[in-house]
Amino acid sequence: MRYSGFRVIAEALTGHKGWKPVWRDPTPQADYDIIIIGGGGHGLATAYYLAKEFGQARIAVLEKGYLGGGNVGRNTTIIRSNYLLDGNEPFYEFSLKLWEGLEQDFNYNAMVSQRGIINLIHTDAQRDAATRRGNAMILNGADAELLTREQVRAMYPWLNFDNARFPIKGALMQRRGGTVRHDAVAWGYARGADLRGVDLIQNCEVTGMRIENGRILGVETTRGYIGAKKVGVAVAGSSSKVMAHAGMRLPIESHVLQAFVSEGLKPLIDGVMTFGAGHFYVSQSDKGGLVFGGDIDGYNSYAQRGNLPVIEDVAEGGMALMPAIGRVRLLRSWGGIMDMSMDGSPIIDKTHVEGLYFNGGWCYGGFKATPASGWCFAHLLANDRSHETAKAYRFDRFLKGLMIDEKGQGAQPNLH
Amino acid sequence: MIIHHPILGPRDSQEFVYLGDASLIDRPDGMTAGLEAFHDYAYNRTNPAGEHRELWYHEQGDRSWLVVTRNTVTHEITRVELARDVARKQGRTK
Repeated sequence: MRYSGFRVIAEALTGHKGWKPVWRDPTPQADYDIIIIGGGGHGLATAYYLAKEFGQARIAVLEKGYLGGGNVGRNTTIIRSNYLLDGNEPFYEFSLKLWEGLEQDFNYNAMVSQRGIINLIHTDAQRDAATRRGNAMILNGADAELLTREQVRAMYPWLNFDNARFPIKGALMQRRGGTVRHDAVAWGYARGADLRGVDLIQNCEVTGMRIENGRILGVETTRGYIGAKKVGVAVAGSSSKVMAHAGMRLPIESHVLQAFVSEGLKPLIDGVMTFGAGHFYVSQSDKGGLVFGGDIDGYNSYAQRGNLPVIEDVAEGGMALMPAIGRVRLLRSWGGIMDMSMDGSPIIDKTHVEGLYFNGGWCYGGFKATPASGWCFAHLLANDRSHETAKAYRFDRFLKGLMIDEKGQGAQPNLH
Repeated sequence: MIIHHPILGPRDSQEFVYLGDASLIDRPDGMTAGLEAFHDYAYNRTNPAGEHRELWYHEQGDRSWLVVTRNTVTHEITRVELARDVARKQGRTK
């Protein structure tokens, strides 16, 4: 069924009796050409583009829980392409361009809202760094704009411009950045993949991999053995657990990142704002809640919940920037598990096992990457070589000294 | 999280800085180990879900390095040792 305004009106006039389940609930077949492990944003996008753009068939997505129940349902919904380094910026700009056409492409309302993102500047050195970053973005076909203090004040007059430690001196702005309804991204890709014949198999945990003579034959699951010519793993957060089935140790640690939403308020922030110096970023949802977060907790965790010190730190950052929110009540907080890689950048690559491919290491930046990650992973699975914009996301970059370290922190995942 | 420091007793984890897997104690010998061994040491991690031995540094305390055994699924801490003692038990001289 194709969705349209006409369809909504027609259904409204006939008592909404024509809506059908959005995807099937198939039982797994004995084997597939391609199995994607992980029914989150990246896995579903991969299956969708494999079927739609790369002419592949007989595809299954295996999901341990329910579709979109992991990080695609736990992030703070921001999209942007404001990266500095050559290995990253073309990829993220490709992703932002895909976001811009996504809803028409998969015929689903994902509420893509290009409301603009600003990164605040407090010092001359930060202004220099922001100028450099902005120029790198423009060179790669993205948009960037340096705002003065007065331009920021015109947008958000109620910010604390004269904080003694971090006075606001300007901002780097990307107007094409914004937010997207995160769950709808998973649902839209799932529906698009299902319509093209992909089997979306839920409650199906991968418990092992059958590998013989260096080649993958299939996967053991809680719903039995399923054969496959190729297997793609897109389970960021649990990558180390799944890839251990293939005997691999990854350049990744799992960390918990918390996020928060306040009670609903009247319109206050129409864009996205990051206060890097204060470890705080915020946007406002269409329901009025302030959606915000800060740093990862900083220790290995698979718990999907964090501890109070980071909540306190984030609240302090928020108060330093926006004293007006002092009496706003928190509605809820939650945590998601991040694949923190050794240079803060992702991996989309083949493995030493023939037919086994890996997509992970997204740190806390995976949501904005969803379309390009799916596209590039599908490209790799279908053609056996990397997509042009994802060439740098290799496993061996650590061995060869080709790290993509935006923050220059070195092999210390909890600092990226 | 409360870390039971072997010398100072119960301390808030906020006083500590986290480094990572305690296997970082076992740095390969720079004169004999090859590139692959150092690559594996510096970049690859077992990253288990469950019991994890890890290095914490008591920066806002006595500046000792600790090896903390903690469950990464529940955050429960079951054992805390001085990293010095652990290293010496493994044959290191300091």
